[in-house]
Amino acid sequence: MNWQAVKSIYVFEMARFFRTLMQSFLSPVISTSLYFVVFGAAIGSRIDQVDGVSYGAFIVPGLIMLSVMTQAISNASFGIYFPKFIGTVYELLSAPVNFLEIVIGYVGAAATKAMFIGVVILATSALFVDLEIQHPVAMLAFMVLTCLSFSLLGFIIGIWAKNFEQLQLVPLLVVTPLVFLGGSFYSISMLPPIWQTITLFNPVVYLISGFRWAFFGLADVPIGLSLLAIAGFTALCLGVIWWIFKTGWRIRS
Amino acid sequence: MAMVEIRDLRKKYDGGFEALKGVNLDIEEGEILALLGPNGAGKTTLISTICGITLPSSGQITVGGNDVIEAYRAARNLIGLVPQEINLEPFEKVINTVRFSRGLFGKPRNDALIENILKKLSLWDKRNSRVMELSGGMKRRVLIAKALSHEPRVLFLDEPTAGVDVELRRDMWDTVAELKRDGVTIILTTHYIEEAEAIADRVGVINSGEILLVEDKASLMSRMGQKELRIDLVDPVAEIPSALGEFELSLEDEGKTLLYAYDSAAERSGIGRLMAAVAGAGLQVRDVATSQNSLEDIFVGLVANQQEAAQ
Ligand SMILES: Nc1ncnc2c1ncn2[C@@H]1O[C@H](COP(=O)(O)OP(=O)(O)O)[C@@H](O)[C@H]1O
Ligand SMILES: [Mg+2]
Repeated sequence: MNWQAVKSIYVFEMARFFRTLMQSFLSPVISTSLYFVVFGAAIGSRIDQVDGVSYGAFIVPGLIMLSVMTQAISNASFGIYFPKFIGTVYELLSAPVNFLEIVIGYVGAAATKAMFIGVVILATSALFVDLEIQHPVAMLAFMVLTCLSFSLLGFIIGIWAKNFEQLQLVPLLVVTPLVFLGGSFYSISMLPPIWQTITLFNPVVYLISGFRWAFFGLADVPIGLSLLAIAGFTALCLGVIWWIFKTGWRIRS
Repeated sequence: MAMVEIRDLRKKYDGGFEALKGVNLDIEEGEILALLGPNGAGKTTLISTICGITLPSSGQITVGGNDVIEAYRAARNLIGLVPQEINLEPFEKVINTVRFSRGLFGKPRNDALIENILKKLSLWDKRNSRVMELSGGMKRRVLIAKALSHEPRVLFLDEPTAGVDVELRRDMWDTVAELKRDGVTIILTTHYIEEAEAIADRVGVINSGEILLVEDKASLMSRMGQKELRIDLVDPVAEIPSALGEFELSLEDEGKTLLYAYDSAAERSGIGRLMAAVAGAGLQVRDVATSQNSLEDIFVGLVANQQEAAQ
């Protein structure tokens, strides 16, 4: 392994993040606050509690997941798309690095940034509501795995995309709806039975449910299923990346 | 063993276009090889295939004895590439992008070395500027600094002086000469014949994906030393008078012109004796002119031959 190269890619990518640190920090703080104002105050005044948890606290895991997933995807997809777009990818292709090292560098950096955002949102939320995390280790593990797997997905999208529209397409048309409909802001049990069944086909439900369990010990689906879902999703992304690596798809002509 | 060995290299792009049609080429350690060819000849494709940016369709390439596919790490460790296009991260500082390149090649950080490279390329004052603030010529220097940052033994320069001002071109040639002194093997592509003449040890001519010729610049130059004397006669002749037999003349323009090929570098050109013999044979001379083969003539001739052969 060329760890020096992995480190260089990671540091270089993080530098992009630090150049806009204020923006990276402020935007999740502001958007989280807005969510609390809108959802917490407006809806929370009607929904008092969900399964014994105040509505304000209930939405925190979903809020974090929503941002972490979208941030991981956009960071990772942009990270690898940009060199393709401006042509600096020639350097990655002609360097003594393999695809795995490139993936670790870019995905690691994207996951770190997403993790940072997740922590900022968690801290901001703690200003608005009382939070008690029942399973902190599981909470952390879920967050790290989500950051990693969605960064992997983002990396695939970045390799696949041929223009900026395509880069936005998957996050906008697929991921955001799945996250919103995945129980970020409500419990599945609040839906009519038919929608409960349909919702179970949404993979994001399992991630959010597991993450929420780590906070409150409440889950829409068994925690084992949630773990399986995140592991399966990560494995799927790794498989696709391995295939890309094998074939040079959309990287080497 | 040559530093770079290319055997039967073919490259067919996805669309079906064959950009390299069985290239064979050996590049010796420490030499400067200029690859000369018109736009679309396949120069960039050839370099990209050696460096790992493009996959070969068939054939074999080794660099320093390492197969560029099987032993890509060992091969690429030896290679520095200055691409044709100015591909640089616009928002990054000059020094960071150069450091990044070194790290990518697995080399530990070495600030003294980077400082040295930047100073040589007159980039040291600009080290903290963002790439986008630099002029075109300066950006090209950054590309060179990146390629040199990991101390390559083989350096590819893809049209390094295209669209570059005279001063930078001279600087670039000096840099190349200095690298050669350090034993670096250098391959540069160009479509400026003067550039090949100025710095190369050997010249390769490539057109339509085929190498038409690879020759020592010196022997190419001696071929170019061939000159031609045209003697226009007042009255045409039916055949070359036997008195002029030793000069191996040829007749043109319906007998109005005598052509004499000679080596300008030779001690005696034979022109004096020829003119005396012409007068002795009773021929009246209207005019004389001399012309010299240039690398350009050779080049154009090669390309024309290739096109004829293809038809
Ligand atoms: N990615 C590609 N896909 C298809 N054809 C290509 C590609 N890159 C180059 N070509 C074609 O291959 C030929 C050689 O191109 P190139 O190697 O760039 O030539 P040069 O560098 O000598 O100008 C050209 O006809 C060009 O159009
Ligand atoms: Mg070219």
